[in-house]
Amino acid sequence: MNAPKIDTSPKVSDEVRKTTCYMCACRCGINVHMKYGPDGKKQVAYIEGNRDHPVNKGVLCAKGSSGIMQHLSPARLKAPMKRVGPRGSGEFEEISWNEALETAVSILKPIRETDQSKLAFFTGRDQSQSFTSMFAQSFGTPNYAAHGGFCSVNMAAAGIYTMGGAFWEFGQPDWDHTKLFMIFGVAEDHDSNPIKMGLGKLKERGAKVIGVNPIRTGYNAIADEWVGITPGTDGLFILSLVHCLMKAGRIDLDYLARFTDAPCLVNEDPESDEHGLILTNEAGKKLVIDRRTGKPEAYDTKGVQPDLSGSYRHAGITHRPVLHHMAEKYLADEHAPETVAERVGISAERIRAIAADLARVAFDEAFELDREWTDFRGDTHKTMIGRPVAFHAMRGISAHSNGFQTCRALHLLQIILGTVEVPGGFRFKPPYPKAATIHPKPHAGVTPGKPLDGPHLGFLHGPDDLLIDEDGNPKRIDKAFSWENPMSAHGLMHMVISNAHAGDPYKIDTLMLYMANMSWNSSMNTSGVMKMLTDTDENGDYVIPNIIYSDAYSSEMVAYADLILPDTTYLERHDCISLLDRPICEASAAADAIRWPVVEPDRDVRGFQSVLCDLGGRLGLPGFTNEDGSQKYADYADYIQNHERKPGIGPLAGFRGKGDEHGRGAPNPDQIERYKENGSFWISHIPEDAEYYKPWNNAYQDWAVDLGLFDAPSPYLFTLWCEPLRRFQLAAEGKHRLSPPEHLKARYAETMDPLPLWYPATEVSDQFTVHAMTQRPMAMYHSWGSQNAWLRQIHGRNPLYVPTKIWAANGFAEGDWARVSSPHGEITVPVAHMAALNENTVWTWNAIGKRKGAWALEEDAPEATKGFLLNHIMHELMPPKGDGLRWANSDPITGQAAWFDLMVKIEKYTALNECSPAHPAQKSPVGKGPSTVKQKIGT
Amino acid sequence: MTTLPTHTEKSLGLVIDLDTCVGCHACVTACKGWNTENYGAPLADTDAYGANPVGSFLNRVHSYEVQPETGPAQLYHMPKSCLHCADAPCVTVCPTGASYKRVEDGIVLVNESDCIGCGLCAWACPYGAREMDPSEGVMKKCTLCVDRIYNENLPEEDRQPACVRTCPAGARHFGDLSDPESDVSKLVADRGGIELMPEQGTAPVNRYLPPRPRDKAPEMDVLAPFLEPVAEEPTGFLGWLDRTLSKVS
Repeated sequence: MNAPKIDTSPKVSDEVRKTTCYMCACRCGINVHMKYGPDGKKQVAYIEGNRDHPVNKGVLCAKGSSGIMQHLSPARLKAPMKRVGPRGSGEFEEISWNEALETAVSILKPIRETDQSKLAFFTGRDQSQSFTSMFAQSFGTPNYAAHGGFCSVNMAAAGIYTMGGAFWEFGQPDWDHTKLFMIFGVAEDHDSNPIKMGLGKLKERGAKVIGVNPIRTGYNAIADEWVGITPGTDGLFILSLVHCLMKAGRIDLDYLARFTDAPCLVNEDPESDEHGLILTNEAGKKLVIDRRTGKPEAYDTKGVQPDLSGSYRHAGITHRPVLHHMAEKYLADEHAPETVAERVGISAERIRAIAADLARVAFDEAFELDREWTDFRGDTHKTMIGRPVAFHAMRGISAHSNGFQTCRALHLLQIILGTVEVPGGFRFKPPYPKAATIHPKPHAGVTPGKPLDGPHLGFLHGPDDLLIDEDGNPKRIDKAFSWENPMSAHGLMHMVISNAHAGDPYKIDTLMLYMANMSWNSSMNTSGVMKMLTDTDENGDYVIPNIIYSDAYSSEMVAYADLILPDTTYLERHDCISLLDRPICEASAAADAIRWPVVEPDRDVRGFQSVLCDLGGRLGLPGFTNEDGSQKYADYADYIQNHERKPGIGPLAGFRGKGDEHGRGAPNPDQIERYKENGSFWISHIPEDAEYYKPWNNAYQDWAVDLGLFDAPSPYLFTLWCEPLRRFQLAAEGKHRLSPPEHLKARYAETMDPLPLWYPATEVSDQFTVHAMTQRPMAMYHSWGSQNAWLRQIHGRNPLYVPTKIWAANGFAEGDWARVSSPHGEITVPVAHMAALNENTVWTWNAIGKRKGAWALEEDAPEATKGFLLNHIMHELMPPKGDGLRWANSDPITGQAAWFDLMVKIEKYTALNECSPAHPAQKSPVGKGPSTVKQKIGT
Repeated sequence: MTTLPTHTEKSLGLVIDLDTCVGCHACVTACKGWNTENYGAPLADTDAYGANPVGSFLNRVHSYEVQPETGPAQLYHMPKSCLHCADAPCVTVCPTGASYKRVEDGIVLVNESDCIGCGLCAWACPYGAREMDPSEGVMKKCTLCVDRIYNENLPEEDRQPACVRTCPAGARHFGDLSDPESDVSKLVADRGGIELMPEQGTAPVNRYLPPRPRDKAPEMDVLAPFLEPVAEEPTGFLGWLDRTLSKVS
């Protein structure tokens, strides 16, 4: 035979260094295989998933497996830079770190001493928000947030206000027990790998998956049933399911009575100042009627049996249980399948069939785990009842102007089925569950030279908590927590630049951004934002005077900054994935993790967090300086290991004290080394009897206190009746000392119903009749992937996918182009046919299009010529309605950017050489990438 | 002409589950990462940051839309790499003997030092599973990670192809398809695994598990008993509520 002898046992690597991936927000554990290179130094040779890691258990997605190309990207910034050409040109000069830091201090110090609201500091894909917010709070500016308002605050806020936790990566289905899994608006999203792993488990067991999405890709492609819903109508569909289930009495009455506010008593007197609020005792505890006595008792009284049907007359006012209000509202014909079918694009029979299937699995396939547990009222339950129906949802339902109430509607559905925090259902991951009322409230109190009066972001509970001045004007530049969008828990990053440009509510001096591509795919109205960033006043000065930016790569935003603080790649840095922030917990375990420099940077770059430690020292910020005024934390690693948020509680929960304390314990100088030895993560499992029913389970509450998640057990009821919303309505009705502006009153009445409701997300127009949306590809994370030589061969261009009916009506053929217009503008782009689509929806991949000259790509790269953004035809404001006002293109409750509300018109158009609008190239401050990549360290 | 062995001791191959594959491309880049750093020349990319990037990949994911006679359109993802055929035309067509099929496990490999880059094998392969490296000018193809599956420097659980190890949805399986008792053979038997294009007569080793039927929503007639109304009006519902609650106590 001709077979040569080959080495089937080659040496794999010289060392494996375990750290955490950063190719998206999933934060999987990775094994980085190092090999000695020609220079005798160990270099990154190969990256694979870490089998021991709680998030990914060894698997790794396309992005993570291409991490080496991100680490070696030609777009990496090399040194600090100052702008020398006009903004947007990309002309820079490299400077020293000392010059860069002193420049930053010269800008920031006067602001701190006079008026800190002149600084807006916003972060994008920041995984260190508990640290960046500490810097902002210590500096004293009210203008800090990450990108949640643009991203998916509806999902987070609706979950926390309703049930003390959200989908996102803050919870997960009980993959081992679920028999029916229903997803709404989920493409590639949080969690990335765990959802794929979970779907694999379900498929192996033959469990059923129902995918609700106008676009059938990815998870929806493998769904056993696909529901191609009309965008923006998910809430209507969900409430129709609720209608069917309630009408059939297929709801979990025991669960509703014990664990939710369904038995709580609502004030029925329209004349009362507390009309629509829930009756409480002197201690502020919600009251229920005790079925044993027929008398009102605090909901958490030992042994109380809440009555779902008990009304109560108090001080001449009738109070009726929340469940009665639900019956009135959801049994009405407006929620009947026949009423909603046409609008949602799903037949009445199918809506009923899905409702029946949910009921069948939840109740007729219910099961019990043989685990005894005791609830907060002291009632011991011999077993844990399981209802094997689980839901998950993400941006598809939240990025609409009715997203908050739609997310709440979905929580209502899963709560009436009794499937939250039970075996087979949806489960929270620590530090959740956590009631909205024990989160901090937002703060914006500025004192020159002093820290802010409290944390920036949080959960407010009524008009008293708004961040407005005596005249009712917003205190924050993004108008978060103001009358316009009161419950904006994550801020409104997408409004910062346009508000600062307009000087509304005030002008700012400096915009500081971290990892936020605001001049491109992270803004609506991209072309407009580019103009705002370059606009000058009557003196020829920029309207936004200073822009400081930190990024690791030559992104589109770099070109618009005056001072660049270059960050490291993810393999060159320290990070903590902290319980104070967004940890990597599982439903059955608390866990956190670190990154550490598996290689040192070969460029003059520094981790942004270490730069903030330095800047904090130079600015003399409390928390960043010692008593003698010297810099407190040498770098971010020093902070991670030695900072204490309160005594014994630090950024990392593992290996505290002498290395044997977890959760609470003194700082350990060896902590990071211990993490490294442990694969760069730490995990602590929840005891078996505490794994389910966590919000009400004494064993879980005690475990959480021991770990330091709470200082005292904090059980609570799920709140189907959202009182904060009702308090804003009361203010609009004139029953509060504060009152919203006149023009908002009708909207408060329409949208801020304390029970979940649906209202149209988009306005009917004869001209713009087609829904347009985006999906994130599984092999790309926002804009980062295009600099990756491997990933850009998978997604290097993005056509607009058009459904059969529109394709035929326009006479489209392969290779055609179309002009796509909205009330705000137009783009001209290539089209492609796709049948597996809602018949009135077009879509494209998210963030493939690039500006010429960015990301070290050649100017004729397909990303710049055949890739495009829909962002150009979205506006942060709605078109004028003739009322003299410009309404935000946002959810009226949370301010979430409503980018999935986009409606367009499509016409066939002459094929172009490149997509329109085409922006002039920015000069690349890092040059261009090599023509050939042949990556190999070993021989 | 190069000859094929008349018999191989094993038939190692992949079983790919089309019911589960979400089309995430993890297998594509995990393969590229391992095989760039390991067996043979690195898998190069030319014009890597330019207008026409061309790289060699040993595994790619294709997507196909299907419009059934009734019901909505469906989308399938089909990862494809060398199927390690028993009657591999890519081997017999090789003029230098560089392409060969291993007797011990049936893996089809290219001995790069003998490959002259003529490309005949790629023409002969009916599956399009071979790619010429754009920089090195040698033929690249799936090796089933021959330098992993026996590698004593790897823990035993990692002795499987990189694509299988990384697949998040667990849609890829590796084993000996000539052994009817192997896990992969049983999986093929249970799920009715199929050969790709058997009419080509190449006797591929890899198998694909067909997708389960989609969009077969249960009939409302069958489910109707699960939604028998307790009341038509809200007041009726409250009456039902009272009756139900009184039964509990």
